Amino acid sequence: MINKIAKAFENPNKKAFIAFITAGDPDADSTVKFILEMAKAGADLIEVGIPFSDPTAEGVVIQEANIRSLANGMTTDGAFDIVRRVRETCDIPICFMTYANPVYHYGYDRFFTKCEELGVDGIIVPDMPYEEKAEMEGPANAHNVSVISMIAPTSESRIQMIAKEANGFIYVVSSMGVTGVRSEIKTDIDSIVKSIKEVTDVPCAIGFGISKPEQAADMASKADGAIVGSAIVRIVAEHGKDSAPYLYDYVKSMKDAVANV
Amino acid sequence: MSKGRFGEFGGQYISETLMNELIKLEEAYEHYKNDPEFNAELTKLLNEYAGRPSLLYYAEKMTKDLGGAKIYLKREDLNHTGSHKINNVLGQALLAKKMGKTRLIAETGAGQHGVATATAAALLGMECEIFMGKEDTVRQALNVYRMELLGAKVNAVTTGTMTLKDAVNDAMREWSNRCDDTHYCLGSVMGPHPFPTIVRDFQSVISKEAREQILAIEGKLPAAVLACVGGGSNAIGTFYNFINDEGVELIGCEAGGKGVDTPETAATMATGTLGIFHGMKSYFCQDEYGQIAPVYSISAGLDYPGVGPEHAYLRDSGRAKYVPITDDEAVEAFEYLSKVEGIIPAIESSHAIAQVMKIAKNYSPDQSIICCVSGRGDKDVAAIARYRGVDLHD
Repeated sequence: MINKIAKAFENPNKKAFIAFITAGDPDADSTVKFILEMAKAGADLIEVGIPFSDPTAEGVVIQEANIRSLANGMTTDGAFDIVRRVRETCDIPICFMTYANPVYHYGYDRFFTKCEELGVDGIIVPDMPYEEKAEMEGPANAHNVSVISMIAPTSESRIQMIAKEANGFIYVVSSMGVTGVRSEIKTDIDSIVKSIKEVTDVPCAIGFGISKPEQAADMASKADGAIVGSAIVRIVAEHGKDSAPYLYDYVKSMKDAVANV
Repeated sequence: MSKGRFGEFGGQYISETLMNELIKLEEAYEHYKNDPEFNAELTKLLNEYAGRPSLLYYAEKMTKDLGGAKIYLKREDLNHTGSHKINNVLGQALLAKKMGKTRLIAETGAGQHGVATATAAALLGMECEIFMGKEDTVRQALNVYRMELLGAKVNAVTTGTMTLKDAVNDAMREWSNRCDDTHYCLGSVMGPHPFPTIVRDFQSVISKEAREQILAIEGKLPAAVLACVGGGSNAIGTFYNFINDEGVELIGCEAGGKGVDTPETAATMATGTLGIFHGMKSYFCQDEYGQIAPVYSISAGLDYPGVGPEHAYLRDSGRAKYVPITDDEAVEAFEYLSKVEGIIPAIESSHAIAQVMKIAKNYSPDQSIICCVSGRGDKDVAAIARYRGVDLHD
């Protein structure tokens, strides 16, 4: 199986749009439908959130999605099944986003064996920083899954250390704090990306706080792509099982915005 | 293996946003822990403000009543603010101030750590914000008002089970949002490195004193040392200077809630499995998919689904043992110590007293055991009354 993350960033003239969705919110059937819809609308990579009881890096919107999803019975195996169903018709690059404990508890080798079988290309784990990633990265790489590195506004002297070992893509955290929609992003993204680009060709996507097409265009212009989570999860919170057309319109507007910068 | 490990336990499983802050904290701590001026300042605060050293009290009536070992109580309940929490808080607040921080944030369960942090912030002229599960703000309403009196802002956390774990979640979120001027004054020997080490060092004053005191009184080491364990800060403080004394049994008493064979328990050692949460690898109460379990205990301070990594290590290496104590047993011990010795212990500390009541008779009168009374029980009186079906009116 070929790791497909590079595909999301392959067109140098069109920046990537990465969409996050919480698995099982409001149910597994809907998540499958929403992923396919967002792929159709032009998303270049989908982050599938495996819900966790205590998502300490998330703001209120995604916290509540995690709670809804778990209350509806979603599990790690359920998230794998969602990917299996998506893969029947769609080969869009997919990364899981979750916390260290669900993966650790499932067993690293067992988890990444399944990822490889189903064609999951990467994993984003906000509570697994550079210092701790080895225990997960070994088994992940053995199964051709990229552990995505995060770089934050406070990373400073750590930026190049992290970037040098990054693979798949680099998740540049735009703002302090947790995920969630923000009216303004104040971090000096340009200097972070410049520092990254000095040491690696791995593409950079910017996430946290982005909700509007203008913001996405602005962020994508500074890097290789933009990531949106809370704004998408908010659409699902509002429209539930009927979210598909709203997600299509939203993702299309965001992809159009980032593709033309 | 990364830094801050106790065997395989510990580590720094935290968001990248906080990594540089943790590194700065570690560097500052490594510098100041050997700085005579810092230590003189801290000792002065501990002795002249917090009231240290705390007494090692010979509980003669209890000893006679139970029969067996001589029972000594390490009276952390007599500290200013009424618990051991002040030991750690004064250390961290002073360290934060040296680091140029102007604001302290903290989680609290029973409210003891929140009160201690608010107190230190008032004393040192720092801003203070406390995160407390909404459920606990109801159980411990008095402590909420106490924190507000001390000038702190108390945020009632409405996510998850609305208890201690959720308070930690929100305190971590707030710290990752604002760390340039803010120190997260973590209240237990948990979280990412360097917290388990820093908190242990600041709490180890308990066993440093207790060891000297018992040698002065008895001329020999105790047979056993007991303390209650939630995250484990008073326990590690009580154990630490006895760890190398091989003959001394170390016994941690965790919250069994309604029983370890029920889901309503917070006994991590008895029912938990290995996991990664709140910055550390340790034992946690969790389900088959690694979702953190909603734990329960009558004691808001022990109502936590994990345990500090050094305790996990002490348990697995066989150096310490951990036993669950049910709500019923703890309430009985609460009432027992009040009646027999005239000391109303915190419901947390009552878990350790309950174990003393079980084991004292297994020792001979020429042996001694030390039990840490980690806090005073005034805050629990209303809850115990409710537990006994007594309706209190103001």
